[in-house]
Amino acid sequence: MKDVKCECGHVNPHGTVLCEACGKVLDEQEKDKNLLDMRYEGSARRSITYNKTIIDKIWNFFSSVKVGVWLIIVTLIASAIGTILPQEMYIPPVMPAEQYYQDQYGWFGKLYYQLGFHNLFSSWWYLVLIASIGVSLVICSLDRVIPLYKALKAQRVTRHEGFLKRQRVFGITKNAQTAATLPLLKQKLEAKRYHVREENGDLLAEKNRFSRWGPYINHIGLIIFLIGAMLRFIPGMYVDKVLWVREGETKVVPETNGKYYITNNKFILQIYDKNKDDQVFGEAIERAGNIPKNYQSNVTLYKAEGNTVAGEKPKLKKLKDFGIRVNEPLTFEGFSLYQVDYKLNELNKMSFALTDKATGKSFGDLTVNLNNPDTKYNLGKGYSVELLSYFPDFEFGKDGEPTTKSRIPNNPAFVFKMRTPDKPKGETSFVAIKQTIEPFGNNKYKLKFRGIATNNVSGLTVRKDNTLWAIILGGIIFMIGVIQGMYWNHRRIWIQNKSGEVWVAAHTNKNWYGIKREIEAVLADTGLQMPYDQLQRQQNEIEKEEA
Amino acid sequence: MKKRRLYVRSIILFVLLAAVAYTLYANFTKDNTMKVAVGEKAPDFVLTDMNGQKHRLSDYKGQGVFLNFWGTWCKPCETEMPYINNQYHQYKEKGIEVLAVDIKESNVAVTKFAERHSLDFPIMIDRDEQVMTEYGIDPLPATFLIDKNGVVVKYHTGQLTEKEAKDFMEQIKP
Repeated sequence: MKDVKCECGHVNPHGTVLCEACGKVLDEQEKDKNLLDMRYEGSARRSITYNKTIIDKIWNFFSSVKVGVWLIIVTLIASAIGTILPQEMYIPPVMPAEQYYQDQYGWFGKLYYQLGFHNLFSSWWYLVLIASIGVSLVICSLDRVIPLYKALKAQRVTRHEGFLKRQRVFGITKNAQTAATLPLLKQKLEAKRYHVREENGDLLAEKNRFSRWGPYINHIGLIIFLIGAMLRFIPGMYVDKVLWVREGETKVVPETNGKYYITNNKFILQIYDKNKDDQVFGEAIERAGNIPKNYQSNVTLYKAEGNTVAGEKPKLKKLKDFGIRVNEPLTFEGFSLYQVDYKLNELNKMSFALTDKATGKSFGDLTVNLNNPDTKYNLGKGYSVELLSYFPDFEFGKDGEPTTKSRIPNNPAFVFKMRTPDKPKGETSFVAIKQTIEPFGNNKYKLKFRGIATNNVSGLTVRKDNTLWAIILGGIIFMIGVIQGMYWNHRRIWIQNKSGEVWVAAHTNKNWYGIKREIEAVLADTGLQMPYDQLQRQQNEIEKEEA
Repeated sequence: MKKRRLYVRSIILFVLLAAVAYTLYANFTKDNTMKVAVGEKAPDFVLTDMNGQKHRLSDYKGQGVFLNFWGTWCKPCETEMPYINNQYHQYKEKGIEVLAVDIKESNVAVTKFAERHSLDFPIMIDRDEQVMTEYGIDPLPATFLIDKNGVVVKYHTGQLTEKEAKDFMEQIKP
């Protein structure tokens, strides 16, 4: 575990393949190769340095690109499997999820449920995978960018012979010196926007080093993006709630600490009308029938004034009237209310007429508010009706007793007591939709159904997202990183005197054609020979032998 | 040098681990993150019972409050109501108040229900769901046990047995 001192005098960290300063090959294995692996400048990846403590072992595990790639592959496969069947939150609540999957998809559905894929995207192991990718990203980047930065900073102009001749683009001009052509070379390189350094008549021309940082900037963007996703779990940062409001009803907006209230004045569903709307819609309307044109909830937003305790009638101050339409939410203080759902024609009121069964004579009407009915209805002249029991969503229970399935008036049923001058004790009648039961024998009077009034209900989503800035910032930095790495290449050209010859070598991380053209232009009229592409030459030789 | 590296690596790993652990924790508690957590002060509310009497939670300081959310249509609520009523009789004198909050039903339905099961404790209707929203309740029945200092001791959802109801009363006896 010792640092390695190169013959040029530079001290390199353990594990270094190429001397950071002069480029001499330090790794024995690398010496046998004709071309150098220039990734990370042959610097010592920090993970290969120490492997002693448990911390180092964890670090080294995540530092491996191989591990990182596997994490991504496993996550991709898992995500793909997660889309085969609908996730639990999207299945209709008709039966427990366990039964539903088996019922709908057979043995595969059962297995899918048992393996936990029905709730994949918030399962612990999926989150651990995503988190591991994040950790791998951070550690991989740190482990590479720091040595790379140090190596590029430590590089000297004069390079070791072994380094130069193992570059992909390399050439020798015999019996030449750079002394005479130095100013010309320098001038030409600088014209091509190279940053030129000179030492003992040797040249190093370099440009666009910042392009090497592209991938790491890109990773920073990804990490900010992941942090943004994590922010959602912090209370108050992200709200996604459903709010159903009946027409005429005033409700507190959830997650606002009882500060905001909303009244639904009217829900509107418009459909395209063949006669009124533009003719171009005509054909489509004929084909598809009713096509919705607009879903809109006309609401009033209120703010509660003063400190009211929950349950108390708050003092409301009207803020504004607004028509919430699809994609046109009502926004206030970071909250947005979106139109997402509706229910038309919910029963609201029902009216009856107290009638003599024999004669059909009516003794007055009563209207029952189905959401909160009155108990006494006085019809005058000694006629009155009392509501004894009310079942908004009526069914017969297991024991044969009438009960209600929910508090929504889907199927209302009533027990009325009808009092009339000739029956002062009253007659009892059980009234449900399309049926009347007279529990105590034949009644003289009945409540004749007169009509209903309905109400619409708006389904709104309450949304607040304080994490968007992180997601957007992460995305922008991600793109900057991509652009930086994609549209610029880090190019270096070495022109050096070695034992009476001039050696030219060049390296770029991509676009070799481009750098060769630049060298061609620079070397023209200098008497120096154009270097050749060793990789291409090898390939040509192999092709020749095969032919 | 080696020491420093170990130090730096440990810190970075610790920060990453903490972030992951928090995310996992938050994810698994998000479904049952009650807006009212055990150990915290129960939010105050005022509701009027079926006899027209106002009940304000904070007025019951010094007493244990058995706060039950229910509906007449909810079967488990119906089953547990008589148990709660029995225990109410046992513990009323020992400084426990039962407040039963019905979610948004009609007076008729609630009154008849109370009559049918001869319930004696104060029953109130949360007409516009304010209290329900404040307590973040989803499945009914839901029971909160609030001690004499107004602090939530326990949250329970689902039907109670008579024994559980008794245990609960014991827990908040002042």
